[in-house]
Amino acid sequence: MKPIVVQGGRVIDPSRNLDEIADVIIADGRIEAVGTGLGTPEGAEVVDATGKVVAPGLVDVHVHLREPGREDAETVATGARAAAAGGFTSVCAMPNTDPVTDNQAAVGFIVKQSMAARAARVYPIGAITVGQQGEQLAEFGEMVGAGAVAVSDDGHPVVSSHMMRTALEYSRSFGIPVAEHCEDPSLAKHGVMHAGLVATRMGLRGIPSAAEEIMVIRNILLAELTGGHVHLCHISTRGSVDLIRWGKDRGISVTAEATPHHFALTDAACEGYDTNAKMNPPLREATDVEAVKAGLKDGTLDAIATDHAPHHYEAKEREFDDAPFGVIGLETALGLGISLLVDTGVLTLPELIDRMSTTPARLFHLPAGTLAAGAPADIVIFDADASWTVDPAVFQSKSRNTPFGGWELKGKITMTMVDGDAVFGGAKG
Amino acid sequence: MTAPSLGKDLLGLEPLSREQIELILSTAEPFKEVSERLIKKVPALRGKTIVNLFLEASTRTRTSFEFAEKRLSADTVNIAAQGSAVQKGENLVDTARNLEAMRIDMVVIRHPSSGAAKFLAERIRSNVINGGDGTHEHPTQALLDMLTIRDRLGRIEGLKVCICGDVTHSRVARSNIWGLTKLGAQVAVCGPQSLLPGPIENLGVTVFRRIEDAIEWADVLNVLRLQLERMQAGYIPSLREYYRVFGVTQERLERAPRDILILHPGPMNRGVEIDSRVADGPQSVILNQVTNGVAVRMAVLYLLAGGRPELAEAAKKGSERGGGE
Repeated sequence: MKPIVVQGGRVIDPSRNLDEIADVIIADGRIEAVGTGLGTPEGAEVVDATGKVVAPGLVDVHVHLREPGREDAETVATGARAAAAGGFTSVCAMPNTDPVTDNQAAVGFIVKQSMAARAARVYPIGAITVGQQGEQLAEFGEMVGAGAVAVSDDGHPVVSSHMMRTALEYSRSFGIPVAEHCEDPSLAKHGVMHAGLVATRMGLRGIPSAAEEIMVIRNILLAELTGGHVHLCHISTRGSVDLIRWGKDRGISVTAEATPHHFALTDAACEGYDTNAKMNPPLREATDVEAVKAGLKDGTLDAIATDHAPHHYEAKEREFDDAPFGVIGLETALGLGISLLVDTGVLTLPELIDRMSTTPARLFHLPAGTLAAGAPADIVIFDADASWTVDPAVFQSKSRNTPFGGWELKGKITMTMVDGDAVFGGAKG
Repeated sequence: MTAPSLGKDLLGLEPLSREQIELILSTAEPFKEVSERLIKKVPALRGKTIVNLFLEASTRTRTSFEFAEKRLSADTVNIAAQGSAVQKGENLVDTARNLEAMRIDMVVIRHPSSGAAKFLAERIRSNVINGGDGTHEHPTQALLDMLTIRDRLGRIEGLKVCICGDVTHSRVARSNIWGLTKLGAQVAVCGPQSLLPGPIENLGVTVFRRIEDAIEWADVLNVLRLQLERMQAGYIPSLREYYRVFGVTQERLERAPRDILILHPGPMNRGVEIDSRVADGPQSVILNQVTNGVAVRMAVLYLLAGGRPELAEAAKKGSERGGGE
């Protein structure tokens, strides 16, 4: 394999606080050096990155790739290609497949499909409980042995505090985070959007912010009790951000993520009964959006994750009450981050890369998020100033359920590399 | 002249202007008389085909629409969830498209999901009338309520109307709030806090915690049906206590500073939200509402079919082509 020189780009590597015009030399699929005046190795392939940003490939710790079970909506391969098109080189697949990814064989299947896809790396997340039923702990040890990087019952909150406590204790034996969708099911029951004025007007049943916040504080307190690492998924409310900040101040091992749609949209997006604005947790109010942004800025919310949730067209083409929750996000995340966080002055570009790559890689102990010598050459190259219009018809994802169709976004990805291979934007991309 | 029109569909009162609401009410006036005739039929919608797609239980509304359609000489078909393709898993769009393939002109839809009428209207060419969608809107109910109030009190503007009961789950409440506020009434709600939506005051209504306060304030009470399943769902402890604390009773009305007009959209739970003596008493216009329901629905059907309001009187005689395109 020929060496590669990515030449003349603005290299941003939050893992080393690096932000400068430099070359990146890649050999044997790994980063060999980053700097200026390094020369061009014999026979190297040159990638001109002048005017572009060169950064560690993006990392998404929360995606749903629907395989096995709903291959009509997404597969590991199409999801991995959608990830690559969005600048992601590592994604973590939630276990709410059919059958549920709750054992080593199921975890191994995801790993096998990921290797066959040859696009972004897909890391499995195993279930916390067998069948995500909340009753019997799944075999964390065997799942980790097969390649799982975390456990979660995403979409099915662990209702029993005792079970959550046990999961957090047991997870410590394997050094993995327990990722939790925070929702009190008795409060959220039958709800289809945020409980607020818009829901009242539309006659739709609401999910109050307290449904999330109650479980946020429970999980923080259980992390304190057990010393386990709890990772709180897709935080949507101002109250949750405050509670997580409190937990971190106390030194509790709690981390959290926010989705692009929760910093981009409010519940007003549901107007007209647009099922592409139906997701769980629901879109909240402007004060919540501001709190999520502030949380991303000060690190209370550690990472941005998409909660990429593909659904077949037919599933969303129906009454709001009956449509499934979820939106896809892999191919719009960077554009939304640049347009709504960087251009508006909430985050610097290196901070955005940190929240979308370096920090999530660190939280889930993935070999990613850095351009340090010796690291896998997982790289994204993008033009931070180029605008593009979101056209779901050309997505790599099998699904089209996005509320951002037609949006004008900044930040166009030109190449994504995994192990030094262009998985998007190259000659074979 | 450029009278306001209703457009293609009637989905709710929120999107309507005051002029459009007044248009419907005034168009209903000449149609009232049709139902008083020996031969209750006018030719205004002759040749029109209307489907009543009722995917949720209904007696009053479906019957009222059907009478309105038949008295305008339309051909009508009723479809209920039971025994239809919907029960076999057909989705709403396919159901409607199949109906439309039979060349229908209008669909009246009653559906348990909020937004279903709009969903349908955006996907078919026929006129769509919302006959109640989930807990969103029930526009013809609010229109007949307003027509009944106007009949008795001569106006809507400036009146104080309190909607009593389970506002959270009520499409009747929402349509009444929009319609009445657009016509210049002051609107309040009263009920147990567990059945009032938190942000309701942002819709421009006053909230009364005590029914006694509402009665002291109001000119009109619109007493909502308390769905008995609300008790099982834990919103209220018992029907007995509901009646005792929130019931509209004769004793409470007797302490009112003025005569209060009593409306109820039906079906009533006598002895729960309303006392029989009130429901059957002189201040009750509950049966007038039902009578007016037919006229209001005739007006809506006529206007959506392209009928010109100034010709409504003539259309009754069959001397003008009232149906339009």
